[in-house]
Parts: sequence; structure tokens; C-alpha cells
Amino acid sequence: MSGKPKLHYVNGRGRMESIRWLLAAAGVEFEEQFIETKEDLEKLLSDGLLLFQQVPMVEIDGMKMVQTRAILSYIAAKYNLYGKDLKERALIDMYVEGTTDLMGIIMYLPFQPPEAKEKNLALITDKATTRYFPVYEKVLKDQGQDYLVGNHFTWADVHLLEAILMVEEYKSDILSKFPLLQAFKGRISNIPTIKKFLQPGSQRKPPPDEKYIAQVKQIFNI
Amino acid sequence: MSGKPKLTYFNGRGRMESVRWLLAAAGVEFEEVFLETREQYLKLIQDGDLLFDQVPLVDIDGMKMVQTRAILSYIAGKHNLYGKDLKERALYIDTYVEGTMDLMQMILTLPFSLPEAKEKNLPLIIEKAKNRYFPAYEKVLKQHCQGFLVGNQLSWADVHLLEAILMVEEKDPTVLSEFPLLQGFKTRISNMPTIKKFLQPGSQRKPQPDDKYVATVMKILKEAMYYSI
Repeated sequence: MSGKPKLHYVNGRGRMESIRWLLAAAGVEFEEQFIETKEDLEKLLSDGLLLFQQVPMVEIDGMKMVQTRAILSYIAAKYNLYGKDLKERALIDMYVEGTTDLMGIIMYLPFQPPEAKEKNLALITDKATTRYFPVYEKVLKDQGQDYLVGNHFTWADVHLLEAILMVEEYKSDILSKFPLLQAFKGRISNIPTIKKFLQPGSQRKPPPDEKYIAQVKQIFNI
Repeated sequence: MSGKPKLTYFNGRGRMESVRWLLAAAGVEFEEVFLETREQYLKLIQDGDLLFDQVPLVDIDGMKMVQTRAILSYIAGKHNLYGKDLKERALYIDTYVEGTMDLMQMILTLPFSLPEAKEKNLPLIIEKAKNRYFPAYEKVLKQHCQGFLVGNQLSWADVHLLEAILMVEEKDPTVLSEFPLLQGFKTRISNMPTIKKFLQPGSQRKPQPDDKYVATVMKILKEAMYYSI
């Protein structure tokens, strides 16, 4: 056993992508085992490895963890990205829930009927620019610091960067009214572990394409 | 200021109910402000009280907390309901709670779906409860053998599971028939003094949503509510 965490998921972003980001940000090398067919999934199920019959599943520190948030919380705490006390953790949790909600809308887009695409794009743009990004812009302004919480790098910063880049893939000028977020994006992207993850050849996954969507639908019977 | 947590939400279960359960289980008294009009909601937003323009909102320890999970994690951590170490917290409690959340979320959104969808979805929810979630927790209780889901004392995971069990039972009273350990668990946890008190009439526990509640929520929020699949 290599000792590295091992990620079980399809070969694409989905719910596992935030985990890849966080491990990468923490400088933790990880392995991946891709579910490519229904049979691959069946095997995980019949081996009893999926507590709620679902992926993501991450083998880490002798445990077979499921449920994305639980996995992320564990990694954040283990690698010192969860703040220094209960109150900082509460702030991080709040901010991360916000970016999770935003990225959640985007995650489901490729699975919506084509007619709904325009409407959904408008929805993302609207939510990003009127509900979520103003909040983080204000946090950065009020804090006057480089990071969202406690003047040190935390899970909340990683998650926000992931969300920003994801929305920008839909609308490249989405940050035009958010100067502090633009600076934040530049700053966090340049942190060595993150810079490395953003380079070609890393384990970061591309946006979902037709092939990926078809594969997911087939494997999970959607 | 009373020092008690103050909960702002509609006068019904929704996403706030798990917070009420957890505070009650921890023996923490709390106050409630009920949203009854859209004007009230808009005022909260204007006053900058809602970080993402959403409720639940819990005023606690000088913070205006939003986002249900963040609120629950904070309460659990503060009141010793979050296990004794990182492993108990993440591997067990967080994981188990995510499962019960997924299950309760399905029931939560049911009253807000179209009538045809409601008919179709209720049997699906019961099926998931019986085939996915309850077997997992039955197995945990079997393997762990301590009467609690995690460690040897009450945790957030136990409170949340009891809430989920009772919620599903309201839809199908026979749902625990094949889960003897969960039946025992339900009785045991229900009899813990703080929880027993919360289960009695006159407590701040809210009844099942009715048409009036649904209408109030939709009137106040006036936005299309989309939910994760």
C-alpha cells in the first residue's frame, strides 16, 4: 500500500473535484481509480465498500470514506486548513457551504435538457454576481486581508478559487465588478501547490463533455 | 440580550428543524423569530443579516450564522456532541449525518413539488430509506455494539438519525419493521431526558408541513426552488 489517498470516482469532475483541489492545495499526492463501466461500480458495491452505495469514495488513513463533505472536512482538519478554533471553523463552514451551493448548480447543468441550458446559464450568472461573489468580495474588503478567514490560507480559499474558475468557464468576465476577488484569484492561483495543480498534466479534470455525461448516465442509470 | 441562541425561520420544520433538535438534545434553551411576511424577509436582507440572503439564520455567540450544516457543526462542536477526535468526527459523525441529511432532504422538499411528482417520489423515498439508509445504520449499530452510532455517548449523529427515523415513520409507520436494532435505538434515544422533553407536546418541535405552511414559504421566498437531485 502506498500510503497515498486513493480516490474512487468517474474520470471527471463531479463531486470529487473539490477533493482533488483540497488534496492538491495541501500538497498531498493521491492516486485515482476510475469507474469506467457499470461493472466497476457493481464491484465496489458488492465488495461492501460504499456505505450508502454512492461515490465519491476515498481510501485514506486506513478508512474508506464516503460523503463529500465528510471527506473534505477530514482533509481540511488533517492538513491544517480548517482554521484555528471553533469560530474560525464556523466561518469556513459557512463560506464553503455557499461555494458548494454555487458549484452545485453548475454541476447539474450538463445533465439538464438542452432547452433549459440558456435559462440555467442566466441563473448561474445571476446567482454568482448577485448572491455569492458580492459576499466574498465584502468578506475580503472587511477583513482587509489576503485570505477569507483568520489571515491564513484555509479550505474556504481553495473552494472559492475552484468556484471562481468554474464560473469563469461559463462567463469569462464574471469577476469584472469584483476587484478584490480578481486579486484574490491571482494570489491564490500563485500559491505553489495550487499553481502546480493548475498546470497541464495535473490531476485536475476538464469541464464535462458529451462523452463524460454519457458515461455517467450509463454507469449510474440516470 | 438573553444569551440564548435566536433562531429565525418560518414557523415550521424545513431546514431549521435539525437545529431545533440538536439544541434541544444538548439541553440548550433557544428563542425563535418566525418569518410570516415577505416584508420581514426583505428587511433581514436589507439589514445585512443574511449572508447569502437565505434562512435558516441563528444568532449565536455573537455570530449571525447561516447555512444549516455550518450551524449544526458549530452547535455539535460546542456542546460535546461531535465525538472525541478527528476520526470520530469525520469518519463517523460527519459521514452518518450526511446520509441522514440526504434522506431528510428528500422529505423536506416533497411538499414543494408538483402533485404528480409527490405521488411518484414518496414511494421512492421509502424505498431509499429501507434499502440504502436504514440498512447502513442498522449495520453500524450491529458492529459498534455500544447503543450509540459513534463512541460510547450521544452524538449529533444519534440525534440526527432519530429525527430521520421519526420523519420517515410519519410517512410509513412500518418502515423499521426489518430493523430491530434501529427500533431499540429509537426507543433508547427517545428516552434520553432532553430528547424525551423535546418529544412532548408543548415543546418547540414543529409539526409536519401543511398547505398553509407551504403557501407561506412560497409567498415569502417568491423564488423558484430548485433542489439537488
